[in-house]
Amino acid sequence: MVTTVLFWVFGVAAVVFGFLVFRLDSMAQVTFALLASFLCVAAEVLLLGLGYLGLVIVLMMVMEMVIMAVFMIMYMMNPAGLMPMAMYHNKAGAMSISVGTFVVLGAGIFLVDWPERAGGPPAEPTVALGTALMGPQMLTMMTLGLVLFATIVATVMLSTQRGRYDRFGDDLRARRPEDPVPGGVGPQRTEMRGPR
Amino acid sequence: MTETPLWSVLVLPVVLAVITVGTIAFDAVLAARAAGAVGAPSQVATAPLREVARLLVTQRRTTVTADGVLWRVGVLTVPVAALLAALVLPLGGAAVADLDVGVVWFNAMEILAWAAVWTAGWGPNAPLSLVGGYRFVAQGLAYELPHMFALITAATAAGTLRVGGIVEAQSGVWFVVWMPVAFVVYLLSAMAMAFWGPFDAPVGRDLAGGAAGELSGVDRLVFLGGRWLLLVVAAAMAVPLFLGGSHGPVLPPWLWTLVKTAAVLAGLVWLARRFPTVRMERFAEFAWVVLVPLTVLQALVVSVAVLAW
Repeated sequence: MVTTVLFWVFGVAAVVFGFLVFRLDSMAQVTFALLASFLCVAAEVLLLGLGYLGLVIVLMMVMEMVIMAVFMIMYMMNPAGLMPMAMYHNKAGAMSISVGTFVVLGAGIFLVDWPERAGGPPAEPTVALGTALMGPQMLTMMTLGLVLFATIVATVMLSTQRGRYDRFGDDLRARRPEDPVPGGVGPQRTEMRGPR
Repeated sequence: MTETPLWSVLVLPVVLAVITVGTIAFDAVLAARAAGAVGAPSQVATAPLREVARLLVTQRRTTVTADGVLWRVGVLTVPVAALLAALVLPLGGAAVADLDVGVVWFNAMEILAWAAVWTAGWGPNAPLSLVGGYRFVAQGLAYELPHMFALITAATAAGTLRVGGIVEAQSGVWFVVWMPVAFVVYLLSAMAMAFWGPFDAPVGRDLAGGAAGELSGVDRLVFLGGRWLLLVVAAAMAVPLFLGGSHGPVLPPWLWTLVKTAAVLAGLVWLARRFPTVRMERFAEFAWVVLVPLTVLQALVVSVAVLAW
């Protein structure tokens, strides 16, 4: 009973916060309305008994939204995102698409012939879900993960202008890195270094 | 792990409040000693309580076109996140909620502080407090990864994410003995999480108080009190994770937990007074270049040891 009430409360709250994303006029408030919506979804996942997944959603989304707020406010076209703005473009089209999607999905819930539940939930739902998703493809996924990670590292290595030789000298002997901005970030000072 | 009685929900905030007040008093005594011991010890130790009374009656300051909603939400979230994180703390063998995924719960709740400090800095529409908020995000990005590896290492050794299970796994040898790197990194990131000690750049003096700069009255009390609470909870979590939790001879389990927590807190508060504030970009580089590889190595050692035995 309590679970059902909570499920509806979080469900409605998730939709309301999601709607607020398009009603609020401040970049920061929009970002945190989206975060609130995600947190409500995480609560729904927790109510389904998937503790690990629900908490990981909380963890990832808070980090992600804070970083997104920082970047969006930095790169918005109006200074620091401080001027009133709106999150929607092509209002009529966007509205019809989103309302249409909501209606189709909502209708689907009532029209689909849902199967009866067979058996009880597993003792460890997260493990069961992981096995179902990853089981036979575990080796593929692990290889893929390694390749992806190597790609990220290689891309950063290739695209960075300042490597360790720029920072610590050609023989890597410098005790203090020569940085235009301390901490190993910032542009290359070619005019100071001469030809290579 | 015994069945948790319902009254523990009410006991937890009281216990945390008492420990927090004690920690603040200890810090005040250290500060007075560093300044040449002005006033009687009892007067020095109760100074924080008088400060609380002062903040309670101070009128709130407001700023022009402040984002009131985000500001209040941010300020309030700091103590709330600390309290929620504390739910999985086993106080002498019984946590309020010994969740299956307690370690993940703890981490998820403390991450709420990221959003809280950033919005608290953004809210007042003032440059210095905004810079403070940004500094905390930079600091968070730098400490969070080593912090997670430290947490994972303890969970790997115990083979469970349940905090009670991690304590049980230390009935023989405490984890601090064979994962010292994870322990030290955990303590570092615990301080960074509460933007305390060498990691207090987000509320630094060079920013006139940073994220807390525009806060006054009750707001200030809630935000800075919540920060102390974060420090207490993070330090208290080091006990079940690395220091054997309630295990120990002679004394009852709850007393062992308390003694160890007090020792960790005293160490952190004392250390914070010994070191100057770390500059953000230096900490970021140190965290990525030194701490992350070290904690990965520590996790590897522990994983191999777990697989081998």
